[in-house]
Amino acid sequence: MKKWIPLVLTLVMALWFLGKLQTPKDATFAFGELARLPLTANGRIVPLDTLARNSLLEIREKQTVNTEPWKAWSENPKIISATEWLANLMMNPGVANDCPVFRIDNPDLVSLLKLPEKDAAKKSDGKHYAWNQIEPSLQALDQENTRVQGKEATSRTAYENAISKLHRRLSLYAQLENTLQPADVPDWPAALAAYEQSIPAGAAAVQAQQAGQPFDTNAFTAFVAYVQHFQFMASLETPLILAPANGTREWRRMSDALMAAPRGLAMDKTVHDFARLAGALAANQPGQFNAALNDYRARLAADHPKAVAKAKAEFFFNQMEPFYNAMVIYVLAGLLACFSWFNLSETLRRSALWLVGLAFLIHTTGLIYRMVLEGRPPVTNLYSSAIFIGWGAVLIGLILEKLYKNGIGAVVASVIGFITLIIAHHLALEGDTMEMMRAVLDSNFWLSVHVVTITIGYVGAFLAGFLALIYVLRGLFTKTLDADTGKALGRMIYGVVCFATLFSFIGTVTGGIWADQSWGRFWGWDPKENGALIIVLWNALILHLRWGGVIRERGLVNCAIGGNIVTAWSWFGVNMLGIGLHSYGFTEAAFKWLVFFMASQLVFIALVMLPARLWRSFKARSA
Amino acid sequence: MLITKIVKFFTSLRLTAVLLAFAIILVFVGTLAQADDGLYGAQAHYFKAWFIFSLHLFGHKFPVLLPGGYLIGTLLLVNLVVTHIYRFELTAKKAGIQLAHAGIILLLVGQLATDLMARELQMHLAEGETRDYSDSASEYELNFFVGDQVVAIPETLLKPGRDLTAEKTGLPFAIRVKSLWRNSDLTYRAPMMQNGPALTTNGVGANFDFKPVADASAMDQRNIPTAVLEFLPPAGSLGTWVVSDWATDPALVESLRSGYAQMGAAVAQRIAAQLAAPQTLTTGGQSFTFALRAARVRHPFSLTLLKASHTVYPGTDIPKDFRSRVRIDNSATKEQREVEISMNHPLRYGGYTYYQYQMDAGQAAKMAGRTPTSVLQVVRNPSWLTPYLGCTMVGAGLVIQFLYHLVGFLTKRKKQ
Repeated sequence: MKKWIPLVLTLVMALWFLGKLQTPKDATFAFGELARLPLTANGRIVPLDTLARNSLLEIREKQTVNTEPWKAWSENPKIISATEWLANLMMNPGVANDCPVFRIDNPDLVSLLKLPEKDAAKKSDGKHYAWNQIEPSLQALDQENTRVQGKEATSRTAYENAISKLHRRLSLYAQLENTLQPADVPDWPAALAAYEQSIPAGAAAVQAQQAGQPFDTNAFTAFVAYVQHFQFMASLETPLILAPANGTREWRRMSDALMAAPRGLAMDKTVHDFARLAGALAANQPGQFNAALNDYRARLAADHPKAVAKAKAEFFFNQMEPFYNAMVIYVLAGLLACFSWFNLSETLRRSALWLVGLAFLIHTTGLIYRMVLEGRPPVTNLYSSAIFIGWGAVLIGLILEKLYKNGIGAVVASVIGFITLIIAHHLALEGDTMEMMRAVLDSNFWLSVHVVTITIGYVGAFLAGFLALIYVLRGLFTKTLDADTGKALGRMIYGVVCFATLFSFIGTVTGGIWADQSWGRFWGWDPKENGALIIVLWNALILHLRWGGVIRERGLVNCAIGGNIVTAWSWFGVNMLGIGLHSYGFTEAAFKWLVFFMASQLVFIALVMLPARLWRSFKARSA
Repeated sequence: MLITKIVKFFTSLRLTAVLLAFAIILVFVGTLAQADDGLYGAQAHYFKAWFIFSLHLFGHKFPVLLPGGYLIGTLLLVNLVVTHIYRFELTAKKAGIQLAHAGIILLLVGQLATDLMARELQMHLAEGETRDYSDSASEYELNFFVGDQVVAIPETLLKPGRDLTAEKTGLPFAIRVKSLWRNSDLTYRAPMMQNGPALTTNGVGANFDFKPVADASAMDQRNIPTAVLEFLPPAGSLGTWVVSDWATDPALVESLRSGYAQMGAAVAQRIAAQLAAPQTLTTGGQSFTFALRAARVRHPFSLTLLKASHTVYPGTDIPKDFRSRVRIDNSATKEQREVEISMNHPLRYGGYTYYQYQMDAGQAAKMAGRTPTSVLQVVRNPSWLTPYLGCTMVGAGLVIQFLYHLVGFLTKRKKQ
């Protein structure tokens, strides 16, 4: 019976994951189909789903919308998908503007905007607000924002950061609102028809006016009013929604097609398709909406099969959420493995190992899927480095578990897997995680050779550090660290440090060689270069101290924990100095966590230095 | 006896460990200091120094005594070389570790060679322009043009408060250096504004106020030197003159022009013309045109910029590609061919390497009506191959060493 527990547990979790792959059927409006439509945002072809999720992450810090956040979970608040929200924002702003999507945490900002505090009777949770609630105080916000923008980003207070953040969110909101149609024109299908009718007379009037001849004032005013709306849309640099057509080779904005019409170009068919969709959505006619969507999709599939396929593939990836789901399984596995140490149950250990294996499989699927979608090596930015560090650490953890069969590899694998995926989850809040590579980074060869190698170096350093943490926790607080386990851990740490030295060295030097290829200088003392160099030096120092016999088991443990600090500094810390070539990822929250992490590691180092008589395991050994 | 002691000291593993520890501290503080001192300031203070006497961190100064980058590097090198000589063994067990350390020696020596021999220049090209010289990025010269003759005086010879005698320069006058600013800023002396007294009433100094500023600290900035000079023929003074790189670098003149563009194109154009106007003085029937400009290095061939292109990803400002198509004309080798230089794809030619550095092209330049320009970073580094070789040696050495251990470890486990 016991033999089957690991397998059954793994099967249950596998089924749970497969269940999540099913797309929920659309009951009325086919938002699931709309979500798969391709468009160009951030310089790449994405499904509308990606635009919706990324925008919502930026505005609301979640990928779904709770339209009744003041309700408790037991009252079943209404949750809608990112695409449903975006569809309304783009085509039916009357509904979207009442939707509480702006997350505002700063109390000073809440009072500046005269927003209601938490009060279920007033339908407010004190955190999420709708455009219609913010709009009356826009002037106050603008005034504050102008002042804040004049200040150095590093010297801003939390309140001022909140101002600037909300301003960014409102700009994004305005951009999305004007992607398909001018936001402040009511009844767009009718307005579009009226505009098309006004073109011949209007264009003639404008020509006459420019030539200084008498012109039809009414036709002129009506026509120019429309054009001004479209110019405003264009000025917001909205996503490119129109697939190449009419001989153009590039994706264009809606406003481009609308403004091209007076120049005698045929109006793009897509303009009318979206107007039909907007009309049906506003009139709450799912049948008409789905029919219009079908027509547009069929045309697009015929003309642009590649873009449609790419968008579909990415939609599936979004739906799968491989990293989130893997994270959940890592937590479960980690708990089981930890328990296995206390009652030394082989079943628990094996269950944990199987679950880590399943999570690793999902993790790997996600990693490879991402690489194929992007056409890039696994690490291209901070987000993907977190995912890759987790992946590498889990892989090595599994190998260690296979070699030593003592539950340590399984725990380290699941803990690092979980932590790195949490970090990735938060980094995803910064925007598109598959952003295009800037000119100098646009080299798959160097991304593979340098970036992936240095990241493997990080993997080694963190793995050694976490093994060392297990040594301290088990040795100091439990009796489970017997002499053999202690020795085994020491060997694991030493082996992993050797591994880390090799990869961080090659990664650092190839980084220099890449710099020599692109700028003509091998070493420039840039903060990120220095961070990598410190990891190399630190690992080299550990090895030399060990060879020289200066440190033994506990000294090695301490140095490996120090490696955690050094590596976290290089991975995140140097970006926060706000200087140098790699200063791409500054966030305040990340800074707090980094300081917390480093401080906690210092505490561990202090703990290791406690005399041996205070270690429960050492006492148990001598007893 | 003493020799044995010295050898023992320099071959000790503890010395290595101490040096590595100091190196970690040095790199760490040298990185933090960049926030205050800037990249170049921190480099000079921490890495290109023998000793460090004070730390500048977070706006404060702390007195310390730490070994600088040069000292640590030298000691590490001695430590490595001496150990290598005295502990060398031709055994499988040690082969990997010895190869790795030899690679590190090569890397250190290579960097030293780069430090001593590498030269960084720049070539500024507008579309259609041909150049057979590059400008130094950090060295300047005071140039006097007499007919088609040029007298070039390196900036390093100009010492504030000192005179350069006529004998030294071969010019018919002495040069008194009143001020020399490594980095400077300027403001236009707009009429009817409350201007202070002018530096001089001659030439560019009559229309612009120059003042010294702190050294450039960001990576994409450089120092812009200015000197205030007085020319003294035996007969008496020819007055005080200001020479500045602000007036000779076309990119700086252009930046000033676009800075004043809001006052109207014509006004901005006039101000820029006043800045760039050549300065001439006449003495003894000869006229001398003079300027302070980047030192030039001539090449035995020329490059012509045919096209500068800057593309972005659709619907964004994210740069996708910077690319310069240039023609090489070399009369000595009868070569005339076209090549493309882009990010990550430099041109190696005639002992120099040409990298795509900066660019003003694409949609932005087109809209503003500017001729597309491209700046190439031109580097001469005879030891550029050492990192490649060193990295391979260390990598191979470590792999051999660790595999040796791993195989040993695994076989031991199997036996158990």
